[in-house]
Amino acid sequence: MSGLSINAITKRFGDFAAVDDVTLAVPHGSFVCLLGPSGCGKTTLLRMIAGLEEPSAGAIVLDGDDITTLPTHKRNLGMVFQSLALFPHLTVGDNIAYALRIRGASKQDQRKRVEELLSMIHLSGFADRPVTKLSGGQRQRVAIARALALSPKLFLLDEPLSALDAKLREAMQVELRQLQQRLGITTIVVTHDQREAMTMADLVVVMGKGKILQAAAPIEIYRKPADAFVADFIGITNLLPVEKDGAGRSTVLGAAVPELACPSGMTKATISIRPEDVRLTAPGKGMLDGTVTFVRDLGGTIETFVEAAGTTITAVATPRERPDVQVGQKVGVLLPAESCVVVKS
Amino acid sequence: MRREPPRSPADYAPLAFPALMLIVFFVVPFSIMIAVSFFKRDPAGFYKPDFVFDNYARFLSAFFGEVLGFSLMLAVTVAACCIVVAFPFTYLLTKRPRRVQTVWLVGLLSVLSLSEVIIGFAWSTLFSRTAGITNLFVAVGLMSEPVALLPTFGAVLTGMVYQALPYTILVLYPALVRLDPTMTEAARTLGASPMRAFFNVVVPALRNTIVATLIMVFVFALGSYLLPQILGRPRHWTLSVLITDQAIYQSNMPFAAAMAVFLVLISLSLVGLTLLVGRRENAA
Repeated sequence: MSGLSINAITKRFGDFAAVDDVTLAVPHGSFVCLLGPSGCGKTTLLRMIAGLEEPSAGAIVLDGDDITTLPTHKRNLGMVFQSLALFPHLTVGDNIAYALRIRGASKQDQRKRVEELLSMIHLSGFADRPVTKLSGGQRQRVAIARALALSPKLFLLDEPLSALDAKLREAMQVELRQLQQRLGITTIVVTHDQREAMTMADLVVVMGKGKILQAAAPIEIYRKPADAFVADFIGITNLLPVEKDGAGRSTVLGAAVPELACPSGMTKATISIRPEDVRLTAPGKGMLDGTVTFVRDLGGTIETFVEAAGTTITAVATPRERPDVQVGQKVGVLLPAESCVVVKS
Repeated sequence: MRREPPRSPADYAPLAFPALMLIVFFVVPFSIMIAVSFFKRDPAGFYKPDFVFDNYARFLSAFFGEVLGFSLMLAVTVAACCIVVAFPFTYLLTKRPRRVQTVWLVGLLSVLSLSEVIIGFAWSTLFSRTAGITNLFVAVGLMSEPVALLPTFGAVLTGMVYQALPYTILVLYPALVRLDPTMTEAARTLGASPMRAFFNVVVPALRNTIVATLIMVFVFALGSYLLPQILGRPRHWTLSVLITDQAIYQSNMPFAAAMAVFLVLISLSLVGLTLLVGRRENAA
């Protein structure tokens, strides 16, 4: 099979299972984001793929070859570390050419490839500078170029953009995605930033406590989160309890939502509804009545916090559909049934 | 936190005590020694004030040149051996679990509690024919009969490396423990075997630490006085031995002082040279 498959991989540190029986197929040429809070096992999983950590059980297969026990330096992969791990005693060019030098490439070939890579990362002419004299974004690019020097089969990045400021990070996300699409290289990125994952990935893998909670395309994860944890981790959401009343209708916070179909046999569940799907109307015209407790006007979007039936519901609107409400005002809240997703709580 | 530069004389007050100590116990004795090195020896008694270069002129003999050369060579060899043994050892030590590291470091610290005399006599027993390690080799069948391994240059070197090794490790340890472990991991993902990553990345990244440690062990070994006498022949004696000999047994204080000043100057200039070369390489 082409691509990377991870078969029932487990990594235990003593009694603690950092990665617990994870199975994942990464098609050739796809961009995968391992997403999760710190300590969820995403970095350990990446390090096992790189061979820097030995799995306690399971197998890793790359393009049909079992590489589970292959030492790192024979795996033909490129990796970008969170600390970047550039070699401080070498110049930009020598850092990038390191992998070529190890393989005994001629000086000429090394220089040619370094020039190619430098132009790819928009740093032509930087070859002779010491890496210690570069800015954060430049160092980032050099680390990426160094990892790609040998056109590896697998490109791994461990929280690669976390050291950059917000604006540069957003720009680098786009750049990294475009680079990956141009090269068609199978790429796995570890991140705890859901925006980053949504921007870059073909496949987002949400992890928690060493297990995969959901693996799907970004928009599917956003629209149809598998459980409350995923819904809460990916973007902002309203998690509301849903119950069945005596007549068998679904009720949210005491208000009947007849169109909402609960899975059969479930009497208590949670729904997730995204703030942009929540509608505010005049009091009495919605499903629930509530009081506005806070308005966060960010210019591009307006967030309104409404307290209804003891719970705070967040609604987001654009200025064009400006809800025009003030703190303390009574409003009606509409929760369109088609936007509600029933999740495991 | 930005520190305020000292302004009033009172701000310098905390420096008074260390400065006083330094003057009383270092500057004054050292100045006396420099002065004495220009005095004239009085064969009847001690020395009398004068200003002659005779004491320095005496070095220009082949004998003292040889002793000086041997002392420097010995110190450099000890420093090199210490680094070659201690650097990989300390690197591997930092990869072990915390508890293992602590046990090793405490063990090494305990070696520092041994005096030079004890180290010297312990090694002289170990290298002896009657009770030494060669008896073990005979018992194992590696040798046909026990031999004495001293007095030899090898014995002097072993004793001095043994004495200086804990210092070397303790100086290298903080730098190696702070070294970013992802640096070698990065080298490995780029195709370097662990051995190659060590020589390509760890050693060059810590070059300044290695040079500083070399200088420290070199200076430490240059002052060695007891071990060459216990474990070596007279031709393995260092300049320090000759200085003591002149000062105490020949009562020639001016010559001993001149030799001491000369030794200090030589080691200072060597250290300076090393730093200069290091800086030029860094700038290039």
